[in-house]
Amino acid sequence: MAPQLEVRDLEVRARNAAGEEVPIVRGASFALEKGEVLALIGESGSGKTTIALSLLGYARPGCRIAGGSIRLGETDVLALSRRELRHFRGRRVSYVAQSAAAAFNPSRTVMAQVTEMALLHGVASREAAERRAVDLFRALALPDPEGIGARYPHQVSGGQLQRLMAAMALIAEPELVVLDEPTTALDVTTQIEVLRAFKQVVKGSGTTAVYVSHDLAVVAQMADRILVLRNGEMQETGPTARILAAPENAYTQSLLAAADPVPRGAEAPPETEPLLTVRGLSAGYGRTGADGMPAVPVLRDIDFTIRRGSSLGVIGESGSGKSTLARVIAGLLPAARGEVLLDGQALPPALAQRTPSHLRRIQLVFQSADTALNPRRSVAGILGRPIEFFHGARGADRDRRVRRLLDLVQLPAALADRHPGELSGGQKQRVNLARALAAEPDLILCDEVTSALDTVVGAAILDLMDELRRELGLSTMFISHDLHTVRSVCDEVMVLYAGERVEAGSRRAIQEAPWHPYTELLISSVPELRQGWLEERGSVRGPEVTETSKPACAFFPRCGLAIPGTCDLVAPPRRMLSKGAEILCHREEADLLRAAIPAGP
Amino acid sequence: MLRLVAARLGLGIVSLLLVSLAIFAITSLLPGDAAEELLGQYATRETVAGLRAQLGLDLPGHVRYLHWLGGLITGDFGRSLANGVPVAQLIGSRLPNSLMLAAATAAVSVPLALTIGITAAMWRGGAYDRAVSMLTLSVVSVPEFLVATAAVIVFAVHLRWLSALSAATDITSVAQFFRVFALPVFSLCCVIIAQMVRMTRAAIIDQLRAPYVEMAVLKGVGPFRVVLRHALPNAIGPIANAVALSLSYLLGGVIIVETIFNYPGIAKLMVDGVATRDLPVVQACAMIFCAAYLVLVTTADVVAILANPRLRHR
Repeated sequence: MAPQLEVRDLEVRARNAAGEEVPIVRGASFALEKGEVLALIGESGSGKTTIALSLLGYARPGCRIAGGSIRLGETDVLALSRRELRHFRGRRVSYVAQSAAAAFNPSRTVMAQVTEMALLHGVASREAAERRAVDLFRALALPDPEGIGARYPHQVSGGQLQRLMAAMALIAEPELVVLDEPTTALDVTTQIEVLRAFKQVVKGSGTTAVYVSHDLAVVAQMADRILVLRNGEMQETGPTARILAAPENAYTQSLLAAADPVPRGAEAPPETEPLLTVRGLSAGYGRTGADGMPAVPVLRDIDFTIRRGSSLGVIGESGSGKSTLARVIAGLLPAARGEVLLDGQALPPALAQRTPSHLRRIQLVFQSADTALNPRRSVAGILGRPIEFFHGARGADRDRRVRRLLDLVQLPAALADRHPGELSGGQKQRVNLARALAAEPDLILCDEVTSALDTVVGAAILDLMDELRRELGLSTMFISHDLHTVRSVCDEVMVLYAGERVEAGSRRAIQEAPWHPYTELLISSVPELRQGWLEERGSVRGPEVTETSKPACAFFPRCGLAIPGTCDLVAPPRRMLSKGAEILCHREEADLLRAAIPAGP
Repeated sequence: MLRLVAARLGLGIVSLLLVSLAIFAITSLLPGDAAEELLGQYATRETVAGLRAQLGLDLPGHVRYLHWLGGLITGDFGRSLANGVPVAQLIGSRLPNSLMLAAATAAVSVPLALTIGITAAMWRGGAYDRAVSMLTLSVVSVPEFLVATAAVIVFAVHLRWLSALSAATDITSVAQFFRVFALPVFSLCCVIIAQMVRMTRAAIIDQLRAPYVEMAVLKGVGPFRVVLRHALPNAIGPIANAVALSLSYLLGGVIIVETIFNYPGIAKLMVDGVATRDLPVVQACAMIFCAAYLVLVTTADVVAILANPRLRHR
């Protein structure tokens, strides 16, 4: 039997800034049997999304499919006319985009968008399409499957939108579904539920699928076969088990190595004097109420210390308040309560009251170097400004300092005259880091500095930060949603949930059971690099709760160990565990230990 | 959502009050005294003082303002200083003419501008789009008196198709209506269509770059449906604002067109009022222009609120 999908010698070309056409995908050939799931894996610029889109006969503006053939069933996709393509897309091949939040039209209801394809292609009547949509919502484990369709995209959470998008892709029962990094933008705890739903629906309906991802561990759960791409060329292809166990290609081997990061730094913080002390910190947004708390509290009663030369990892899902914490320490958002001490001296809460020396000693590095660096200024200009501002250096002295900074972040001095647009993602993040270092700070607050980067590039940045910390005696606060990252660079870890510090301890303590139930959920949600992990891991469900009451423990609704009657009514106490970590929980250490999963690698 | 709309309407009323204060203050600062102007060379100190007292001009400013404002609210705009006729009556005879001209122009220009803007966005970069761009740019750069005069010379003087004057007094048939309004409406359309076209096109193109439009294309949605069902609903806010701004010109800025076609509208009334220091007429006309402007802009904002589900479902 001929394969369901056959791609041969595909070539896609794009116009670069100089107006020349350069190939961005070359000689891609693969075939897919009916019901198989193929993963396209590679880093940014590897051409994986370009190939995925070409399966729908689509090339982004500025690109064009220049050669080769794509055959789905009996159809030669590249020979279709515009009109035929319209009927082909959606009905026979459908697409699940990376960011469902952006791919849903904000001004139309979810149901209208989910059923649009079925109605447009005349596959079903409105009633039948809506019935099928509700069935899909149910199969994808969406809450309120009957009612969720009437909502608008902004009324639905990110993880739910991603599942709704899968429902949209499957509504017309296509022969092929293309999933483009469908869980990359999600928190790990959400990702696992979405992956489970995807797998069940895709396997359940026997759909042929192409799954695009940069994450090998995710792919290991989803794909039957893996195709490794780099710079638009195929590196290696084979069954998932073989690629994971015995990669032949050197690049595949490096990808696998980067997925399992080496620990840096120390197991426990150094015994130096505290640099930053935070006591009883509460902060939020909106008008301040009579009790001194803002209308929308984001952080509640946070205490921690960062010692000189040590690194604190702050981890939590989106909305946990971790970025707000960095903003409060930097002075961008004045705290409502509590104090921030630098070297034992209380810092004024607001930026305007801080002295230049305060500002110099605490520097913030933002997540996206693309938006943090002014595209109109050269690297020398970007780095020269803080040097002038904080150290008054000008002329040759300034140039010398710029060169030293570039050397410090391991960039060639020739880059000084370039603009950010001419740099790669990793280089930009290094410049971003150098900009913070220009002030010669004592403390650097890093907000998700590697999450926009590829694994290999991100690992190099982490190595660099660890080196700088040791060479310059810097202290860092490292904010991330990725447990792997935090565990690999920090010697202390603090876990935030809904603005509260639910667990804090040394890195060694965080790697050992027992944990706070939320920490455990985080740890157990990080996909492991082996097949079958998704099936083995059970689902964690908290007790059923009515949404009107606000439980005393914010984690109560999601907690597998919650004690109804206690956890929802009485605020949890702080508890010291024998491993040396402090948690915020009603459960005794013995209960937590019994429930704990075996520690990860 | 209701609170949002109510807040917007409340803001409109506050703006209107501030505008009334500004109008009153500015007109009070105008040089010249209506009493002296009325009495002319026969003025003696006593007759001027007498007339000032009769007209209430000797009262302090804030009292006069409150009197005037109270009158406005109850629909009493005062009497014209020039001929003693109630201002309401003067305006009553002119406002319908202006509104008719504005309505006719809006009825022609808005659908035309939206159609051209949307189609230009749909085929952006093509020959049609470039032609629209060039045409709107050149039309918007030509002053309206030139357009109006040229139109009169071509259509009324040389071709003799239409009348050069537009006395909108006795319209009995559709043909006559067309004869009277064709030239002023054409001239006004030239001025306001261009801006609406450009803003509509820009608003839609902005939306067409959004990821959800690419998603719609990948769902197999055709180009017309992509623009009309996916992009347009998200562009309604900016388009409504562009339309409101353009239309507001129809009430306040038509003076040149009204003068050229000798059209008895309200803008002409105001200019005559300024010439004769007829403050009540000037103030009333200015209030009408400002109120119309505020009504249009507020309507556009309310439409934008209603068109955005994030605001609608609050």
